Amino acid sequence: MIFKIEDVTVYFPYDNIYPEQYEYMVELKRALDAKGHCLLEMPTGTGKTIALLSLITSYRLSRPDSPIKLVYCTRTVHEMEKTLAELKLLHDYQVRHLGAQAKILAIGLSSRKNLCVNPKVVAAENRDSVDAACRKRTASWVRALSAENPNIELCNFFENYEKAAENALLPPGVYTLEDLRGFGKNRGWCPYFLARHMVQFANVIVYSYQYLLDPKVAGIISKELQKESVIVFDEAHNIDNVCIEALSVSVRRVTLEGANRNLNKIRQEIDRFKATDAGRLRAEYNRLVEGLALRGDISGGDQWLANPALPHDILKEAVPGNIRRAEHFVHVLRRLLQYLGGRLDTENVEKESPVSFVSSLNSQAGIEQKTLKFCYDRLHSLMLTLEITDTDEFLPIQTVCDFATLVGTYARGFSIIIEPYDERMPHIPDPILHLSCHDASLAIKPVFDRFQSVVITSGTLSPIDLYPRLLSFNPVVSRSFKMSMTRDCICPMVLTRGSDQLPVSTKFDMRSDPGVVRNYGKLLVEMVSIVPDGVVCFFVSYSYMDSIIATWKETGILDEITHQKLVFFETQDVVETTLALDNYRRACDCGRGAVFFSVARGKVAEGIDFDRHYGRLVIMYGVPFQYTLSKILLARLEYLRDTFQIKEGDFLNFDALRQAAQCVGRVIRSKADYGMMIFADKRYSRHDKRSKLPGWILSHLRDANLNLSTDMAIHIAREFLRKMAQPYDKTGGSVGKKTLLTQEDLEKMAESGVQDMVY
Amino acid sequence: MAGGQVEKQVKYKSSVKDPGTPGFLRIKEGMLLFVPNDPKSESKLKMQTQNISGQKYTKEGSNKPPWLNLSNKQGRSHIFEFENYSDMHTCRDFINKALAKSEEEPKKPAVSSSAEKLSNAEFELRFKLLRENSELQRLHKQLVESKVLTEDEFWATRKKLLGKDSNRKSKQQVGLKSMMVSGIKPSTDGRTNRVTFNLTSEIIFQIFAEKPAVRQAFINYVPSKMTEKDFWTKYFRAEYLYSTKNTAVAAAEAAEDEQLAVFLKPDEILARETRQKIRRVDPSLDMEADRGEDYSHLKGHGIQRDGTNDVVEPQNGQFKRSLQQDLNRHSAVVLEGRNIDVDSEDTRLVAEALARAKQVSKADGESTKDANQERLARMSRAAEMEDLQAPQNFPLAPLSIKDPRDYFESQQGNVLNEPRGAGSLKRNVHEAYGLLRESILEIRTTGLSYPLIKPEVSLEVFSSLTRTISTAKNIIGKNPRESFLDRLPKSTKDEVLHHWTSIQELLRHFWSSYPITTTYLHTKVAKLKEAMSNTYSQLDAMKQSVQTDLRHQVSLLVRPMQQALDAAFQHHEADLQRRSAKSVGGGSG
Repeated sequence: MIFKIEDVTVYFPYDNIYPEQYEYMVELKRALDAKGHCLLEMPTGTGKTIALLSLITSYRLSRPDSPIKLVYCTRTVHEMEKTLAELKLLHDYQVRHLGAQAKILAIGLSSRKNLCVNPKVVAAENRDSVDAACRKRTASWVRALSAENPNIELCNFFENYEKAAENALLPPGVYTLEDLRGFGKNRGWCPYFLARHMVQFANVIVYSYQYLLDPKVAGIISKELQKESVIVFDEAHNIDNVCIEALSVSVRRVTLEGANRNLNKIRQEIDRFKATDAGRLRAEYNRLVEGLALRGDISGGDQWLANPALPHDILKEAVPGNIRRAEHFVHVLRRLLQYLGGRLDTENVEKESPVSFVSSLNSQAGIEQKTLKFCYDRLHSLMLTLEITDTDEFLPIQTVCDFATLVGTYARGFSIIIEPYDERMPHIPDPILHLSCHDASLAIKPVFDRFQSVVITSGTLSPIDLYPRLLSFNPVVSRSFKMSMTRDCICPMVLTRGSDQLPVSTKFDMRSDPGVVRNYGKLLVEMVSIVPDGVVCFFVSYSYMDSIIATWKETGILDEITHQKLVFFETQDVVETTLALDNYRRACDCGRGAVFFSVARGKVAEGIDFDRHYGRLVIMYGVPFQYTLSKILLARLEYLRDTFQIKEGDFLNFDALRQAAQCVGRVIRSKADYGMMIFADKRYSRHDKRSKLPGWILSHLRDANLNLSTDMAIHIAREFLRKMAQPYDKTGGSVGKKTLLTQEDLEKMAESGVQDMVY
Repeated sequence: MAGGQVEKQVKYKSSVKDPGTPGFLRIKEGMLLFVPNDPKSESKLKMQTQNISGQKYTKEGSNKPPWLNLSNKQGRSHIFEFENYSDMHTCRDFINKALAKSEEEPKKPAVSSSAEKLSNAEFELRFKLLRENSELQRLHKQLVESKVLTEDEFWATRKKLLGKDSNRKSKQQVGLKSMMVSGIKPSTDGRTNRVTFNLTSEIIFQIFAEKPAVRQAFINYVPSKMTEKDFWTKYFRAEYLYSTKNTAVAAAEAAEDEQLAVFLKPDEILARETRQKIRRVDPSLDMEADRGEDYSHLKGHGIQRDGTNDVVEPQNGQFKRSLQQDLNRHSAVVLEGRNIDVDSEDTRLVAEALARAKQVSKADGESTKDANQERLARMSRAAEMEDLQAPQNFPLAPLSIKDPRDYFESQQGNVLNEPRGAGSLKRNVHEAYGLLRESILEIRTTGLSYPLIKPEVSLEVFSSLTRTISTAKNIIGKNPRESFLDRLPKSTKDEVLHHWTSIQELLRHFWSSYPITTTYLHTKVAKLKEAMSNTYSQLDAMKQSVQTDLRHQVSLLVRPMQQALDAAFQHHEADLQRRSAKSVGGGSG
């Protein structure tokens, strides 16, 4: 359908539209007009992505003189693929109605591992080996050498791409990773470098959060994006955690050992170069004296992670004198390693601010703050000079330099925590030194500063006023949308007791109680016998899932479950989990039905949809609190309290409930869909927990469903499923409020200007 | 029986007293031919098998010669005397087969009142359906042959069955149980440390399917290196080591015994399959692609947070295997289904067949072009929002559940794992009654002697009766969900179910004929009403006839049926009255 929002003609690829989608577009347009940032919470299952994509692409079409670029950030590769699939649909529709002028170039961007088509390179098992294998074939000095020595293997795809030079362009269209690989294979061009190159021409770029938030990556990939871009962070409820992780580093004993080995290797290389090609090292020295930009001389093939600190924090000055010479730099690093090793020998947990850490480092090892700051760039330059290609071997020393640079750059928002052993396994000594970032606003600040509109959106951003504080920005639009339901298609319940009226909870003192474990099991046994197709269960942690499944197996509960449905598990092995999910879907498709056991905060909870028959019921076992004894968490809570006046308890509740809401929110995809959600823990019935749930769940949580036992829940579930199986009027027109708008409805609204028709 | 025909030396008799003409009997499909040895003889016979209406034959062991008496539809009979019984049996079987075949086609209904001509194919389809579905056949017999409904009316409500799809219904693939049987528990004798495992072919199948390495080891080792028994002993030894979770011991034993190590090592074949499968996974699920997408996977980056990562000792990590992995693997195998036809007790055959099946599926996997296309199509479909646009009509796969009750009842049986004692108790009651009657008979014949009834007999009758009654109550009290039907005698149960379906059928026709606009409908309704009242009285009779302890339950079952019928009768009466009132009104006005 084609309709107008103020002066923008919106092309929307469906015949109908939900009122909240329309409303969402109106708000989004307001933010774009104001060239400001916005924060939008809209329930899952109301087609956020397509609303967003169609408004922004249509906005672009309506302003041909100042074309905006859309940068769409997803958390995972599979979400990227989903977004691109929706964009394809939209693009087809727009081209059908507008012809060639609507054509855009949209690409998904990922690492070499997902884009490489060279069979020899992609055969390597992890990302770093793929990267290294690629560098071995594409680094400028390797290619230079191969001109003399034909035995050096190069990558044909890269060579062809280089040969095509400026002509290597992607024709307009929407390219998923698969499409990019296909295109690359056909043309014989390397899809990875091609995609990197096309970033500056593309109208829509879809990639992972890291490419903008992690300074190490953003410095390379995203530095050329223009200010007129619209940045979208989808599923952004965890964005604060991503920001924090991007700036956190930790050092273990193995890291130090590895770094020492790396230094030995570097030392050897330096000696070799001194003997054969001393000029190179001298040239490097001279360059450093002049303070030449480090990355200026790097050709496309030699990409390397950028500085871990944020671009605006990096000083534009020459590298300090004491590390300009390669040998001196190696000595400094040796001293640093020695000092860190000494610190790891501690018996007790130590917590320190970066300032005091740097000053004690200065007094004990004689390394200044400024020297620390330049560690990463200096290492980078040295490795280029030494022509080291097997970069995956040098990860430990890189980590140490990361640490040094970060600790030298930031005086606030961080703390250094040294733990002699893992809190949960005190008998195994495993000393670790964390540099953990507490301030989420640090990493995202350059994004807010650089781009005119940043859109943060998710199904769960409650409480919505917290996010601007955590990320310290001022949104021009901040709204939480309700879901207008045609019928009550979600049924949240709080289960507090088993059939025997004993309370259930995963509270620490209760979770291993056999009665609780049995009641949890019985709940599932009863539910699988009445719920069709897919059922998803979330546990609070892997270890809890392990123990509860083992107990169910012993007591025969698991057998009772398998009578009704197949069971699949999320494990820590990603491959295994992916296959399990694939099989789970097939089991739901073929009508056999299945149960998927998963973990809140796990990979599955983060990005896999259990819509339609893939999830008719979600059971959230327990409240997914963070591990509250974790020193890092405690430090962060302290920081939040001191800086933002956020109470510890409030933050923990907020964090646990957003995870829970995220888990259960995955059942709904559209208004035609339906699903039940069971919060199985007595603590959910308390107001301080419950009230943190997003509004669209709360509004369906009836008072009668707040304190249920298993048998009552079963009864409600039966009733609900029976009701949902009936045919219904999709437009919801008979009840008064329309929940599905047609073209005419929208035109009528535009004419009369009546906004209250929606809601 | 090469070429689908039989030839036997026989003597042909036109009647019992006929001495018989020697010659050859040749039976082909659809044709029966007798050629006398003497070409001049007049007793040549040619007969269509479909004209044969019956056959009789002499029993082996009786002192009559082996005779086969075929009677045709005209009432004539032909007798063949064979040289021996085995000859006769071959012929008889052959004729039986031919008869069965020919029966399918010509058994057309004598009268077809429909105006439209039905094609032969359609009739065949109807007969096929009737033959496959005994319940439908019974219903058809009751309603059509008693002329309550016409043939067309009967089939009109079953158009779906006659649809094209059901015609081409392929044989349903037999699935596997969702239960995990391979994790069997051993039985112990309680005195020694010896344990015993009972392996069935199903369990072996499951083990082989889930653990290709074990399968491969079996093919390699048995019987050349060890006996099957030794093999399984080793296997369960390995399983035991897993279950103890003592990786150090497992590692030590594996180092000593290389065959045992095969079971303990991670499954190479499985790992290969996994690598292959992961490439074909739906990209919207592919979490593997995420690995390494962010930089927090680099050791030392990001935050090592809460209880999500467990510490695994890398040394013996390969001897660890989690329950979750086993269950995932099991479910995957169940989902694949039983992809081999071999239904053999021979373990080796099963193993080899499985290995072959895997190879085939691998070869299929190579040609991923189509699969890829399909995957992409599915993905773009999944990207659409279903209720924002006109619904798409996807082709439906026919669900072929022959008898839905089988499905639901088996499900129900699964839920209640309690022993269903009623069946065996029933037998006890019968036995007890038998004993009682016997002793009464005894009394009758021998006269009244002391004691009246043997005390043990009376005790048994008494106790078993009380037991039945109390258990009936118990079971009803405990499990309201358990179908009462299961405890009815088979005949009663069938009758109840049959009544239920026939009433449904009648009611469907009854209500669909309203409003009555034509005389045709009028007569139809009259007929239907009569049939319904018949059924009604039959229901009453059935209620009376069942045993007392079941009567209450049966009447509970019957009541809704009767209520439905009552409603229909009421409507019928009301309609009649209105009609007559109208016609009276019309007459006067």
